[in-house]
Amino acid sequence: MDRMLLQLNNVSVVYSDVIQVLKGVSLSVENNRIVSLLGSNGAGKTTTLKAVSGLLKPENGKVTDGTILYRGKEIQNQSPETITRHGIIQVLEGRQPFKYLTIEENLRVGTATRWGKPYRQDLEKVYHYFPALWERRRGLAGYCSGGELQMLVMGRALMAHPELLLLDEPSLGLAPLVVKEIFRIIRQINEEEGTTIVLVEQNARMALQIAHYGYVMENGKIVMEGLAGDLCANPDIREFYLGLSAAGNVKSYTEVKSYRRRKRWL
Amino acid sequence: MDFFVQILVGGLSIGFLYGLSAMGFVMIFKSSSVLNFAHGELLAIGAYFFLAFVTWAKLPILLSFLLALAACFLLGIIIERILLRPLIGEPLIFVIMLTVGLAAMFKGLILLLWGGNLFTYPDFLPKALGVQWGIVRIPPVYGATLIIGTVFLVLFGLFFKFSSQGIYMRSVADNQRAALSLGVHVKRVFALSWAIAALVAGMSGIVLGIINGVNVHDLSAIGLKVFPVVILGGLDSIGGAIIGGIIIGLLENFTSGYLSPSLRDVVPYVVLVLILLLKPYGLFGLKEIERV
Ligand SMILES: Nc1ncnc2c1ncn2[C@@H]1O[C@H](COP(=O)(O)OP(=O)(O)O)[C@@H](O)[C@H]1O
Ligand SMILES: [Mg+2]
Repeated sequence: MDRMLLQLNNVSVVYSDVIQVLKGVSLSVENNRIVSLLGSNGAGKTTTLKAVSGLLKPENGKVTDGTILYRGKEIQNQSPETITRHGIIQVLEGRQPFKYLTIEENLRVGTATRWGKPYRQDLEKVYHYFPALWERRRGLAGYCSGGELQMLVMGRALMAHPELLLLDEPSLGLAPLVVKEIFRIIRQINEEEGTTIVLVEQNARMALQIAHYGYVMENGKIVMEGLAGDLCANPDIREFYLGLSAAGNVKSYTEVKSYRRRKRWL
Repeated sequence: MDFFVQILVGGLSIGFLYGLSAMGFVMIFKSSSVLNFAHGELLAIGAYFFLAFVTWAKLPILLSFLLALAACFLLGIIIERILLRPLIGEPLIFVIMLTVGLAAMFKGLILLLWGGNLFTYPDFLPKALGVQWGIVRIPPVYGATLIIGTVFLVLFGLFFKFSSQGIYMRSVADNQRAALSLGVHVKRVFALSWAIAALVAGMSGIVLGIINGVNVHDLSAIGLKVFPVVILGGLDSIGGAIIGGIIIGLLENFTSGYLSPSLRDVVPYVVLVLILLLKPYGLFGLKEIERV
C-alpha cells in the first residue's frame, strides 16, 4: 500500500499564457493526513489547490511544468469532471453556495460524480456532522449565515465521497467560536471518514492545531515545511504567522516586519 | 359574455404555448447566458417534423407527435454538440451570432423542402375536447392545448424540482464554478438545456400549427415573441416565462377581439414598455440575494 496520496513535483502554473504564479512547487500528502498550506494573501495557495482539482482551466490557467501525481498517476491538466471522479473534491474559497437552491438541493449536487445515486445515507451522514443544516434543509442557501454556508459547502463536498478534500480558507470571515467548531469538525471528518485533507489557511494558529504536517508558501514557492508541532515551535513562524514573540506576547505588525527584512537575506 | 369567454380561453391557451416555449429559451440563457435567436425556427421545425410524419410517412397521430418531439430533442443535442460546444470559452457574442446564422439556415432548409406555402394538418382532434356551454363554444384545439401544456408544465416542474439531473441543471445556472468543483458535467447540462428547449419549442410549434396552420414565416415570426415574453417575465425566471407568455397571449387576443386585429402585434409591446418602466427586471426577474 502506497502511503503517498498526492505529490506535486516542481509544479509551475501560468495564467493567460503570461502570468506565472507558481514557480516550482513541490509537496506531498500522505494518506489519512491533514496537511496545511499556509501563507499570506497572493502567495499562490488557491492556485495550488486549483492545479490539483483541475479548476485552473476555466480560469485560463495551466500547469506548464512539473507533475501532479495522484496515487502515482499523473493528473495535471485533466478536466475537473475527470479529477472529481478520481475522488478529489475542492471546497472553494469564499463558500460559493447555490443561492437559489435549498440546503438539501445544494447537498444533492454533491452526488454528481456518481449520477445522483444513492444519496439518502450520505445526507444522513452530512446532517450527523452538521446538525445545523438539518434544521434549515428546506431553506434557500442564499439566506444562510457565513458559518452555515461553510458547513453547507463542506457537507456538499462530503456527499461526493472524497478521498482527498481540498479546503480553501474555511475560516475566512467567521467568528472565532464558529471557526473553532468548523475546525473541530474538519478533524472529526479526517478521523472518522479517513478523508485526507489539504487545508489552506491564513489562520495558521488554528490550522496547525489540527494538521499533522504543514507547508508555508510565499510568492509561488514553498519556503518552509515540517511537522505541525515543529512549525508551531519555529521562531520565524511564531513571529510572522502566529504573531507571537519569543516571550509569547502578541506582536504588532511593525515589529513583525523585521522578519520580512531578515528573510530577504536568508 | 360568450365572446369574452372565447377570447379569454383562446388567449390563455396561446399564451400558455408562448410561455412554454419561452421556458426553453430561458433555460438556455440561464445555464449558458446564450440568447437563442433561432427560437422561432425551432418552433417551425417541430411543426414541420410533425407534418412530415403525419402526411409523408402517414404515421398515426400520437406516434407522429412523439416522434416529432424526440426528433426535436435530438436536434437540440446535435446543435449543442456540433455547433456550440467548439465555441465554449469564446466571447458570448460569437455564440449568439451563431444562433442567428442557425436561424437562417433552418429557415432556408424548410423553404427548400416545403416552400413558403400554408399547410394544414388533417383534422384529428376528438370533438370531445371542445366544450359547448349554451352559446359559448370552445374549439377542441384549445382544450388540447391546455391539457398538453399542463402536462408538460407538471412534468418539467417535477423534473427540475426532484430529479438529480434537474437539480444539476439548476446548480449550473446558479453558480457554474461551484457546480464544476463538484464534478457536474457542465457541457452535458448545456446540451440537455438545448435538447429540452428544442423539445418544448417544437411542441409549441406543433400546437400552433394545429391552431393557425403551418407556415415557416408565421411560425418563425411567432418565435420572435419570445423576446417580449421573457423580458416581461424576467430573463432568468422559468415561472416568469410562463406567466409572461400568458399575459402576452391574453393581451394579443383581447386587442384583436375588442380593438382591432391590426393592433394585436402592437399593444403587447406598449404594455411591455409600461411594465418595464415600473419593474426593470421584469415581473419575476431575480434581484440577486445580497446576503452572501
Ligand atoms: N485567474 C487569474 N489570472 C491571473 N492571475 C491570477 C489569477 N488567479 C490568481 N492570480 C494571481 O496569482 C497570485 C496568487 O493568487 P492565489 O493563488 O489566489 O493566492 P492565495 O490563495 O495564496 O491568496 C496572485 O497574485 C493573483 O493575483
Ligand atoms: Mg486564496
